[in-house]
Amino acid sequence: MHPPTNLAAELRLPTNWLDYTILGIYFVVVLGIGFAARRSVKTSLDFFLSGRSLPAWVTGLAFIAANLGATEILGMAANSAQYGVYTTHWYWIGAIPAMVFLGLVMMPFYYGSKVRSVPEFLLLRFDKAAHLLSSGLFACAAILIAGVNLYALAIVVEALLGWPQWVAIVVAGFFVLAYITLGGLSSAIYNEVLQFFVILAALIPITVLGLKSVGGWDGLSDSLTESRGADFMTSWGGTGIGSDNPLGANWLTIVLGLGFVLSFGYWTTNFAEVQRALSAKNLSAAQRTPLIAAFPKIFIVFLVMIPGLVAAVLVPKIGTAGSDLQYNDAIPYLMEQLLPNGVLGIAVTGLLAAFMAGMAANVSSFNTVFTTDIWAKYVVRGREDEYYVRFGRLITAIGVLASIGTAFLASSFSNIMSYLQTLFSFFNVPMFVVFIIGMFWKRASMKSGFWGLIAGTTAAMVNYFWIYKQGIIDIPSDQGANFVSAIAGFVAGAVVMVAVSLFTAPKPVEELQGLVYGTTSPGMAEPPAPGDEAWYRKPALLGWGAVVLAAACYIPFSF
Amino acid sequence: MSEFYSEKDVQREVTELQGKSATAARLFDIRRIIGGLFVIYGVIVTIAGLTASDADIDKAEGVNINLWTGLGMLALGLFFLVWLKLRPVAPPPPGDDERVE
Repeated sequence: MHPPTNLAAELRLPTNWLDYTILGIYFVVVLGIGFAARRSVKTSLDFFLSGRSLPAWVTGLAFIAANLGATEILGMAANSAQYGVYTTHWYWIGAIPAMVFLGLVMMPFYYGSKVRSVPEFLLLRFDKAAHLLSSGLFACAAILIAGVNLYALAIVVEALLGWPQWVAIVVAGFFVLAYITLGGLSSAIYNEVLQFFVILAALIPITVLGLKSVGGWDGLSDSLTESRGADFMTSWGGTGIGSDNPLGANWLTIVLGLGFVLSFGYWTTNFAEVQRALSAKNLSAAQRTPLIAAFPKIFIVFLVMIPGLVAAVLVPKIGTAGSDLQYNDAIPYLMEQLLPNGVLGIAVTGLLAAFMAGMAANVSSFNTVFTTDIWAKYVVRGREDEYYVRFGRLITAIGVLASIGTAFLASSFSNIMSYLQTLFSFFNVPMFVVFIIGMFWKRASMKSGFWGLIAGTTAAMVNYFWIYKQGIIDIPSDQGANFVSAIAGFVAGAVVMVAVSLFTAPKPVEELQGLVYGTTSPGMAEPPAPGDEAWYRKPALLGWGAVVLAAACYIPFSF
Repeated sequence: MSEFYSEKDVQREVTELQGKSATAARLFDIRRIIGGLFVIYGVIVTIAGLTASDADIDKAEGVNINLWTGLGMLALGLFFLVWLKLRPVAPPPPGDDERVE
């Protein structure tokens, strides 16, 4: 993929007053939610975790919307135009199993221990060194990723609407800053729920019209099979070990690298996601948060993959030197070609909403970790609660300003989506290995957490910068390299943790209650709320239902 | 802070804050906002569909996409408003007195 800075100039959308009215209404509502949520913020728990009081459907939709940023939408459409139906792996094997695992297995420990963040769990399970390191890594990663979203927004808005980049960055930064500072996490989550529906309203018309323009699914399939080969329209075709495919990965690296390490790392330990579940009103609602999100996730792949495939039919040379259009232009191209004013305004609004969702999720998790994990534990301890709410608002503003800075940093990287995936393999994977071992192995010692994090991060970086970039081992694509980095980081972290544990003292058993699999803490024993006995609210049924459905979705694309 | 920052410290601190939390009592219902916005969008886009020019329809592969999208958004907005009407938020259950000051 090429730098999206080269979004073709002819993609300027024919927007008119109607489209801008729709966009304007949206910005007014976004701010209104911030002002209306303001009166619900009384304690720091209200500001950072919505007082642990939201219903499951709200947190579940926010969970999926926090993931459905515009980098995801444009990036996965680009992926589809380049690699075809392989994109389904990022959804069915690369998301659903991890989301279900989070809900069914890990959530009782997260929610039941009453921690306010993912690093705080590491503080309880391991020690201050692991806590401070993971908080610091997370805070940096969150600001970098927020900056990536902001930068991507600026270049897309410049190409589509003709706004100068700095205008888009300042406008989006201002709105995100305003609504989070005012209403805290409640405001971020409510806006994410709203964004989820606006994004769907934008993607569905594009998908339907796109399919119609290439003669339906059959027309699409026939045309791409002819031009790109039969494997392009399958999930698993050509992924045998040793056989060649455009993704540069085989079934083993897909299952282990993407399906296990990268995906579990992202979904189960990335606080920008987990925070949504921790704000749910009880354990049952917290468990259902990722499970409710899993069902839309299974089907959203069609809304990003089909536009990418359609673009590959309409512009056969997309992404190559023979065309002005890059892979990232797939969705903007269809918007320009197919949507009349009105729906066009909805689509532009949906795209901006998606950028703001991706940024806000990171800013709202950054301010929580920075305030409760770094500031309140190591810098200014023991002040009254109001002080930490004020500090949280201040650090939100600083975080937004810092991400404007990192937005300009992101502009020096050529490919945004693989830059993001690389960041995930550096930061999330080591966190995941430390978590999974700490949660399932009582003997893992207090010191092992810190050294596991260091080893995992180092190994992933060494693999990426040295083994892959210097060409020590030949890996055909960035995505393939990310899968391998993830596996390397996981293995190195696990080996170091086991080795360190064997030589250092374990944590006393009474300090591990409710933190390690097989133990329970007082917080977990809460009785189910009235109505939670209903069959459709049973976490096990929802979770296994999602897994079976995702597996069934593979069937039509496997032969 | 002692050598271990113990789970009991977190449990106590968070339980105390949760007791004083105002979100459950004071936060508005998001269904009203989703319903309202989608009804407004639905009406605007449906009107754009009813007054669509031939050029608009030709562009969208012969489909009056504004009309269909508008009706769909209107239906979603009405769904949220009806849901809100039929199942308003239950007041906090009496047993849950730690949330009430």
